[in-house]
Amino acid sequence: MTYTFDFGAVLDRAPELLWGSLATLGLALAGMLLALVIGILGVVARTSKSEIARTPVIVFVEVVRNTPFLVQIFFIYFALPLMGIRLNPTVTAIIALGINGGAYAIEIIRGGVESVSRGQIEAGFALGLHKADVFRLIVLKPALRAIYPSLTSQFIMLTLTTSVCTSIAAYELTSAAQRIESDTFRSFEVYFTVTAIYLVISTLMMGLFALISRHYFNYPTR
Amino acid sequence: MGPIGENEIFFLMQGLKWTLLLAIVGFIGGGMFGILIALLRTSKTKAARRITAGYIGAFQGTPLLMQLFVVYYGVALLGIEVNAWIAVAIAFTLHASAFLGEIWRGSIEAVPKGQTEAANALGLHYVSRMKDVILPQALKISMPATIGFLVQLIKGTSLAAIVGFIELTRAGQIISNQTYRPLLVFGIVGAIYFIVCWPLSHAGSGLEKRMAKAAR
Repeated sequence: MTYTFDFGAVLDRAPELLWGSLATLGLALAGMLLALVIGILGVVARTSKSEIARTPVIVFVEVVRNTPFLVQIFFIYFALPLMGIRLNPTVTAIIALGINGGAYAIEIIRGGVESVSRGQIEAGFALGLHKADVFRLIVLKPALRAIYPSLTSQFIMLTLTTSVCTSIAAYELTSAAQRIESDTFRSFEVYFTVTAIYLVISTLMMGLFALISRHYFNYPTR
Repeated sequence: MGPIGENEIFFLMQGLKWTLLLAIVGFIGGGMFGILIALLRTSKTKAARRITAGYIGAFQGTPLLMQLFVVYYGVALLGIEVNAWIAVAIAFTLHASAFLGEIWRGSIEAVPKGQTEAANALGLHYVSRMKDVILPQALKISMPATIGFLVQLIKGTSLAAIVGFIELTRAGQIISNQTYRPLLVFGIVGAIYFIVCWPLSHAGSGLEKRMAKAAR
């Protein structure tokens, strides 16, 4: 092997990597928020009594979860202009991330809502708690605690998925990497470095989520 | 705009063939390495547990697309003359081995401890204890998650399109560029993925419900 590694050429472009990382975080955060909104609205419709409200949500979840994100983002990217909506790639990417993450969020949140047992709620009322307190202490907090691990790992997955948004030329870390690669021809070094940056980002996010969990959900259940 | 005719559908089917082959190679290769990862991850040696934990963490904490790029260019650096197909297959094998390793670690640990103790009491050595007692039970526990990961892997092969590999998604891109009918083409491509993935997802969640009922 005669290849000499040259990470210097990549590190010279550190500012671009930093901006790319921030763009990735921004994209992920916006995608997560949209996914949460879609998730909550979806659960409301999914658990309603009307079949007209439930069926579209079931179809949406099944279709999104059984097709690749890349195909979804292409579809949305080409479909929006046909509906007369012209958006820049970043906004399109956020919509795609929100729709993809939302489908998973619906299933996760629904599981949490259904995990709260009726007996607990009745016990709360029997103890003379107010309706608001029953909702906050007996329904919401335990449900959030139950879904917290799967929801946060889904969010980290969404953050890693943002890399695919380079395919519609949205600005983020992977697209920054591709630009640096085409300038320096140091393909391996660029992608190795950027992969390490993603690892740092997801590790930090995991730590942050664990910290939040320790703060809010640290109480015994038995 | 051009029509979507027999030739286009045939081209998509060729793409589907590569998508399925890639997923199968990744699943089988990943399964073989994955079992090794799972065994090392649950072994008594601390170093083996640490190293495999790092391996799993690295693959679960980075985007699949980056893994494809790193392996694709990394293999080229080794000076071996490889085509895109082999590089991409190696990448999917490594990726799958980390995820399956983690799924199977969980399943091995989910087998009741009494089983290991009973096997020890019977004087079974490690190989027999694993092969005859623990792994068959772990395999059953892991089935829903394993099938779930297979669906993820099939969807993940679409990213090979970005490194220029002509599988189903790339075939769709090519036809979309030729016919100027992106919505129809990506609609068809999405439908094909759905037809492949949905029965698997359904089987996986069905199995999970059955097992949850049996455990109650």
